Amino acid sequence: MSETPSPFALRVRGLAVGYDGVAVQEQLDFELSLGGIYAILGGSGCGKTTLLQTLIGLLPPVAGEVDVLGQGPPDLAGGMPPFGVSFQSGALLGSETLLANVSLPLQRWTELSPEAVEALALARLRLVGLAGFEQHLPSEVSGGMLKRAGIARALTMEPKLLFLDEPSAGLDPVTAVELDDTLALLRDDLGVTTVLVTHELASIFRVADECLMLARGAHGVVARGKPEELREHADPRVQAFFNRRPISQVR
Amino acid sequence: MVEGELVIERRSDPGGRARLELRGDCLLPGGERLWESVSEALRGGAEVEVDLSGVERLDGACAALLQALRAEGARGGGRLELLGTSEEQRRLLDLYDCGGETCQPARPGGPGVLDQIGQATADAGRSLRDVLAFVGDLAQSVRAAATDLPSIRWRSIPGLMERAGSDGVPIVLLINFLVGLIVALQAAFQLERFGASIFIADLVGLSMVREMAPLMTAIVVAGRSGAAYAAELGTMRVNQEVDALWTLGFDPQRFLVLPRLIALAFVVPLLTALAMLVGIFGGLLVAVQRLDLSTLAYFVELRSAVSVTDVLGGLLKSAVFAVTIVLISCQRGLATRGGAAGVGRSTTSAVVVTLFFLVMLDALFTFFFNLFGL
Repeated sequence: MSETPSPFALRVRGLAVGYDGVAVQEQLDFELSLGGIYAILGGSGCGKTTLLQTLIGLLPPVAGEVDVLGQGPPDLAGGMPPFGVSFQSGALLGSETLLANVSLPLQRWTELSPEAVEALALARLRLVGLAGFEQHLPSEVSGGMLKRAGIARALTMEPKLLFLDEPSAGLDPVTAVELDDTLALLRDDLGVTTVLVTHELASIFRVADECLMLARGAHGVVARGKPEELREHADPRVQAFFNRRPISQVR
Repeated sequence: MVEGELVIERRSDPGGRARLELRGDCLLPGGERLWESVSEALRGGAEVEVDLSGVERLDGACAALLQALRAEGARGGGRLELLGTSEEQRRLLDLYDCGGETCQPARPGGPGVLDQIGQATADAGRSLRDVLAFVGDLAQSVRAAATDLPSIRWRSIPGLMERAGSDGVPIVLLINFLVGLIVALQAAFQLERFGASIFIADLVGLSMVREMAPLMTAIVVAGRSGAAYAAELGTMRVNQEVDALWTLGFDPQRFLVLPRLIALAFVVPLLTALAMLVGIFGGLLVAVQRLDLSTLAYFVELRSAVSVTDVLGGLLKSAVFAVTIVLISCQRGLATRGGAAGVGRSTTSAVVVTLFFLVMLDALFTFFFNLFGL
């Protein structure tokens, strides 16, 4: 998992994503290099989550190809994938404690002793600020904690690439900022590349190195660049999004 | 040796202090060897030096393991010192520095046996109180709904009837046919010995109409529809859909429970009537095939043995069973807490408690019917 000879984190060529062969986004071509935080953004219903599900292998592409860390398309049936995924609600197993949730992949995919698994899982929880909550069930912690526990679980196997679905959605500003700081720490200290699907502008401006903007009905990525640059983008859809204005006022 | 693979060499200095020299890549896949070697060296409160100067790559997992081992060593009276660390490695090690205390997970002591018994008793009392409160609330809802009929979600009732009724017909018919057949087979040999073969019609008719058909049908409905209601309402509860109904001005009992109550109270007696018929036909098959009775003789005897009161008594039982199934499964569902695991617990509890009450009610019915000579 830690071996990443690939010069890129993610490469997408001629990708169309959708359900049952019907594309909701198509002609997607982009490459993300290692070590950055990339935000895939766009209005509701533009296909962000569908794209994420295709990138991680939960949905087959309608057309085109995905290459994750130079290892080809994601293969979820072929063992532990080389990336981590954190879902919108955390998606932790409700009957297991946070510690057990984070320990799960270590027990399955490493030969570490039970003590070492516990120590490592606890270290991941501590990294996301959940020390002291390891014996809690998911139903006993807040939404922000659930998301952070989801990130800890996604990090367990030391992936170099992390996919996060709406990590800041529904969080209070303080918790959202703490989560953003965690993502920055993962990038700066662990060299983790993060792809986050979001439409939280505050988070985007705080942590994203680069943004890829999608729009409903558009073919391909409508804009790519640093968040500050996209504020002045020529495309009214991009300007409207980054300046929080109705599109009628931007035109 | 594979290139980059972690190599751990152990040396001892004249002072008896162990020194582990690490070379190659210190990554998660080799973490188990790192843990075992350092744990072994630390055993008995030893002082250990780990030299990382030969490590080419150190990942977060190994940094976390080393910090956990350092804390572990300190707790055992020993000491682990990390030497030869680069700037980058130090940053990673600092990231996972747990300051000793929090390296160990909190271990809440489990409750003792007496605590568990006490807790279970308190839970049972609370559960009974909740059920009674639910029945009281439902009675109020029924009264309020009677004066405000449009407040009941009538359009959901046909779908509920279809799922509980017509979708359940095949399994109800099959099970009751087999029950009739089994009862008849069990009795056939004995009746034949005493020359009383014709009484098989009495035995099968009365047992199916008064006992087996209402009970077996209710058990099937509890397993199919009761479990489904508990799971459905439990999921709605944990997803806050029930809370949302309150905020929209809907009484969840009127909106969710009453339609199910009406649907089952109507459908279960119909299923039971069908169950009585097929059970009797199961008995007929044995009477004709095994005891050489004629169909006409079987039905003439059946008519003299089974009265309309018996049939009505069986149907009344089935209606009461239907209400019991809805009350328990909906109460369990609406009392769900704690995500997917909670939904599972509610569903199991709904089925188990319903089955217990069905058998208990059946016994009460039998007792009172006998008491009043019915």
